[in-house]
Amino acid sequence: MDPFTRLQQTVAALKFRARVLAAVRAGFDSRGFTEVTTPVRIAAPAAEEYIDAPPAGAFFLRTSPELEMKRLLCAGMDRIYQIGPCFRAGERGRLHRTEFDMLEFYMAHADYLELLNVIRAIIVETAVKCTGGTKIKSRGYEIELGGEWAMLPVREAFRTFAGVSADEVAEQESLFEEILVEKVEPNLPKDRPCVLIDYPVRFGAFARAKAADPTLAERWEVYVAGVELANTYSELIDPSVQRERFAAARATRKRLGMTEYPEPTAFLDAIDRGMPSAAGSALGFDRLVMLLAGADSLSEIDFPLDDDGQEP
Amino acid sequence: MAMYDAADLKKGLKVEIDGQPYVITDFEFCKPGKGTALYRCKLKSMINGSTMDRTYRPVDKVGIPNLEERDMYYSYHDGQNYVFSDAETYEEISINEEALGKRTYFLIEEALCQGLFFNGKLIDITLPTFIEKVVAETEPGVRGDTASSNVMKPAKTDNGYDVMVPLFINVGDTIRIDTRTGEYAERVSKG
Repeated sequence: MDPFTRLQQTVAALKFRARVLAAVRAGFDSRGFTEVTTPVRIAAPAAEEYIDAPPAGAFFLRTSPELEMKRLLCAGMDRIYQIGPCFRAGERGRLHRTEFDMLEFYMAHADYLELLNVIRAIIVETAVKCTGGTKIKSRGYEIELGGEWAMLPVREAFRTFAGVSADEVAEQESLFEEILVEKVEPNLPKDRPCVLIDYPVRFGAFARAKAADPTLAERWEVYVAGVELANTYSELIDPSVQRERFAAARATRKRLGMTEYPEPTAFLDAIDRGMPSAAGSALGFDRLVMLLAGADSLSEIDFPLDDDGQEP
Repeated sequence: MAMYDAADLKKGLKVEIDGQPYVITDFEFCKPGKGTALYRCKLKSMINGSTMDRTYRPVDKVGIPNLEERDMYYSYHDGQNYVFSDAETYEEISINEEALGKRTYFLIEEALCQGLFFNGKLIDITLPTFIEKVVAETEPGVRGDTASSNVMKPAKTDNGYDVMVPLFINVGDTIRIDTRTGEYAERVSKG
């Protein structure tokens, strides 16, 4: 398709996207959240093992607004959200763009389950405002957003769908991900959103361990039509544990030959002063628009990127 | 051997796995739960059309097949195989019926084709996109129905190929067939 024809198709999608934006903002605003804006170009991205920030001069383009928003929690804000561009080098596909909009939100004095209630209510309200109902069709599935969401512990999902121990496969490089993609995700319920919950601690680098079982991290991910939509933690707030996790991620990045980032000194200084207990969530905003629009891939609803020719 | 990085994989790319050439028919970039990237491919053998799924990790490498295209003319059927001659060297090279499938019905002597070679061995032929055939058998045509070409009826060409044609086609008509799909394309002339 020539770029101008594609652009013409994008027009209707952008109008729909604007309505989703307004509805999501209304949902957060009505619950006492403050919309914040933090820099897109930052000196020190969070060192995550498999996420790469594109360089921008001596700085980097953010992969998420996480560290900046946590600094705001330390500075006294207790309910905040942000919808804005994030960047991840090399991530291209039907459900990935090198540049995308993240909806990121934090709530102090709350845990990951309370945040699930918040986002579930906002998604349902947004669907009603933008599509007229709670039933959506996407990727060949009919999904009822308005009823009970399926809650599936990660250990149970791996045992049921792959016959393996999630804790054992988590110890081997990439095996957890392979089983998740090949055996677990295809078998998740698709008639309603499905929440995978309580990950082996290795897959909750910035999450608080469960008090009842410290081998599990308080983390959930919600899937809609098989699409991973949002990732949520009860946030780690202990500065010394955070430093350890950063060091571990930096070591992995070095071993994999990935770019080494400077230490996020402003963030570490803020958490040393004290971060309130909090839960935080990151939701792929483009994916939400795609699902509500009934589209199957991001290229159907997003403004074309200048490197779209390389789309797989 | 030259190799692709997993990050180079995309739909339509031709790769070599276990000594066989494959084309990637579907491709999905995955990055489950902040984990490592995975590249999921559906692959189709360029030799026998069999399909399989493979998932690659970022550290994986995938072979680049040694493929070459050459212009060839169709020459003759030697009783077992179909013989083509290289347009430059006139070298005769044969390919078996299995590789051609129903395309054996579309071979025309001295027609210019493209031969696809894997490690120097002819594995596939691309025929001229359209060929013309005369209809030998079909129910009588329906008058005045030339517009509704979406209603089809069975027919047989003069070399025995079964094809669905529009109702207005009669015995003796010359039709054009798309060799990529094996389907009727249009009527060339009335019989």
